[in-house]
Amino acid sequence: MQFERKDILDMESLSAEEITFILDTADQLKEISRRPVKKVPTLRGKTVVLFFYEPSTRTRSSFEIASKRLSADSISISSSSSSMVKGETLLDTARNLEAMNPDVIVIRHYSAGAPHMLARLLKTSIINAGDGMHAHPTQALLDLMTVREKKGSIKGLRIAIMGDISHSRVARSDSIGFIKMGADVVIAGPPTMIPKGIESLGVTVAGNADEAVKGADVIIMLRIQKERQKSFLYPSDREYSKVFGLNPERLKKADKKVLIMHPGPINRGVEISSEVADGPYSIILDQVTNGVSVRMALLFIVAGGVRNVDVD
Amino acid sequence: MLTLIKGGRILDPGKIDGIADIIIKDGIIIEIITKGLPSGKSGKKSAESLKKFKPDNIINASGKIVVPGLIDMHVHLREPGQEYKETIETGTLSAAAGGFTSVCAMPNTIPVNDNRQVTEYILNRAKEVGKVNVYPVAAISMGLKGESLCEYGDLKEAGAVALSDDGKPVTNSLLMRRAMEYAKGFRLPVISHCEVSELSAGGAMNEGTVATKMGLAGIPNEAESIMVERDIALCGLTGAHLHIAHVSTSQSVNAIREAKRKGIPVTAETAPHYFTLTEDAVCGYNTKAKMHPPLRSAFDRDAVREGLADGTIDVIATDHAPHSSLEKDVEFDLAANGIVGLETSVSLGLRLVEEGIISLSGLIEKMSCNPARILCLDRSIKTGNVADITIIDPGVVYTVDSSSFCSLGRNTPFEGWEMKGKAVLTMVAGKVVFDNMVN
Repeated sequence: MQFERKDILDMESLSAEEITFILDTADQLKEISRRPVKKVPTLRGKTVVLFFYEPSTRTRSSFEIASKRLSADSISISSSSSSMVKGETLLDTARNLEAMNPDVIVIRHYSAGAPHMLARLLKTSIINAGDGMHAHPTQALLDLMTVREKKGSIKGLRIAIMGDISHSRVARSDSIGFIKMGADVVIAGPPTMIPKGIESLGVTVAGNADEAVKGADVIIMLRIQKERQKSFLYPSDREYSKVFGLNPERLKKADKKVLIMHPGPINRGVEISSEVADGPYSIILDQVTNGVSVRMALLFIVAGGVRNVDVD
Repeated sequence: MLTLIKGGRILDPGKIDGIADIIIKDGIIIEIITKGLPSGKSGKKSAESLKKFKPDNIINASGKIVVPGLIDMHVHLREPGQEYKETIETGTLSAAAGGFTSVCAMPNTIPVNDNRQVTEYILNRAKEVGKVNVYPVAAISMGLKGESLCEYGDLKEAGAVALSDDGKPVTNSLLMRRAMEYAKGFRLPVISHCEVSELSAGGAMNEGTVATKMGLAGIPNEAESIMVERDIALCGLTGAHLHIAHVSTSQSVNAIREAKRKGIPVTAETAPHYFTLTEDAVCGYNTKAKMHPPLRSAFDRDAVREGLADGTIDVIATDHAPHSSLEKDVEFDLAANGIVGLETSVSLGLRLVEEGIISLSGLIEKMSCNPARILCLDRSIKTGNVADITIIDPGVVYTVDSSSFCSLGRNTPFEGWEMKGKAVLTMVAGKVVFDNMVN
């Protein structure tokens, strides 16, 4: 298939066919990371700007490694080291970056829609590495890749997503992505963290954690942020862990071959117990490994690699 | 100087509706001469009497609707302090172009209009460069901080016509009670921006499915309606004149309807965007549809329309809030709230008429007569009154183009909309301040 999309902004805009194409490409590229010399010349001469307005370890290093394995030149800018601290607007900063002719701008921003604004106004390809509470398409794609890899197919699986759905871009993108690929998604969390109208994404809202876990093929746990206590969203870590945390006892209700996922960083002992996070069902680190492949695939696709060079 | 407005349909709700000529001398209406079948009582002179006048200026209004000058009770002129967004000159020019002969200037200027000096400054600037009448609204509390009362007596004497902390709610219920009681003594209406800040904190748009999909924090309807209900309760307690600004939710409409039924002296306004648009306008992170209160659901929009239709909502005011690209060409979360409204209001009002929600006469009541009554002004078309007159061409079709606005603000969600009908001539005290008549 010919992939004509300039930007990767959210899961809503990607078709099932495009998602499959991205996952297939990622599967093919995965092998590069296992070589003794982990580098191909595919994106030689291409420039990737990593523009992070929010702190990130995983996503940022994953994109950085992905760029390097494809031989693209990458530079990384964070909000604290950029002109943003001098009061430059996002648009001005981005226009200045564009004037240096990069091929791809990867952006993470605390404001929903910021990547969309850049995509509308710039000619450079934009990849959304997380915008506010809106979308995190590369996380959703790596989650899809990982589940497809382990289960063979996504269709018909029961995916449980648990935690702070309201504030989670991962929950939104995963829900849209898994449903698009034929899975059933059930969500659960404290009622204070279930946003109004979430059913419109096609998910089912479970009454409690046990109900969500019951028969689940995949459980995706979300990080609970301690700051949320300030806005009265939950009373305490202790209560949260008891009512919505994933522990071995609760896990018994899931399918025998359940997969446990978490976008990280995890709060051990709060939303997930160490036994579960480090246990046999956990594929949390496989997600991280596949993150590099998915990001390689996306860079390869949007930077025009598909049309120009073979993978190897 | 004699001016003749000839052959138009004069529509002053409850008073005149018929073809008539208006003769204006030195800014005052001196004669109204009916031609067709008058429904009102004012047109008693025959066409013969027209012959004794030799007008210097004849405005041919045939096929047009001649109405008492429109009044926008809710305008941000931004001067003093933010002249890059709007000035008294450009704001009143924009008002004139929209058919308004009078505007109320909200007090959230820099410095805040919480004292006589700022009120006088606004009035003096309006006298120097203003195209239409400017009526300053002074703050309820000093610095809009909600901590202490402003000097209403002094402010009224300086020319303030109402009080409001618009843009911010008066959180302290005691202060609001005292403000109402104290304002009552000066017959100053208290215009309330109703919002429970704790419920709206962090919100960027209406709470609901659209916000959830877009990953934006929502503002529930109750952030507005709880405060509407509190203020209605305080209005009942104090008997002061309460005017609820920019009503956007069904709950607020219901609360106001119920209060009016009980005889509580509350009036209310909504803005054209609340009866025209819904939260869907925000899709694509359109900062030009970001405002406070936010655009609501279709259910709320319909409730607002119902409130307009049954008289619960007395006034259409624009909440004209000009911003520059500095505030709007940014991330949605960071974008300023508010849109410009003066130059699209009449056309959007006429859409309601076209759709049969309100009558033309009802529209003029809400855009002229009711604001005049609330502000204790008399702008009706009758002999002896100052000639503040708006002429509307109901048939003219045009496309909204913000680059042609007189306002410095270009922040309209109606860009590119096809409109039918608009104000084509605006006259303030007999002087034509805007003329776009095509005869």
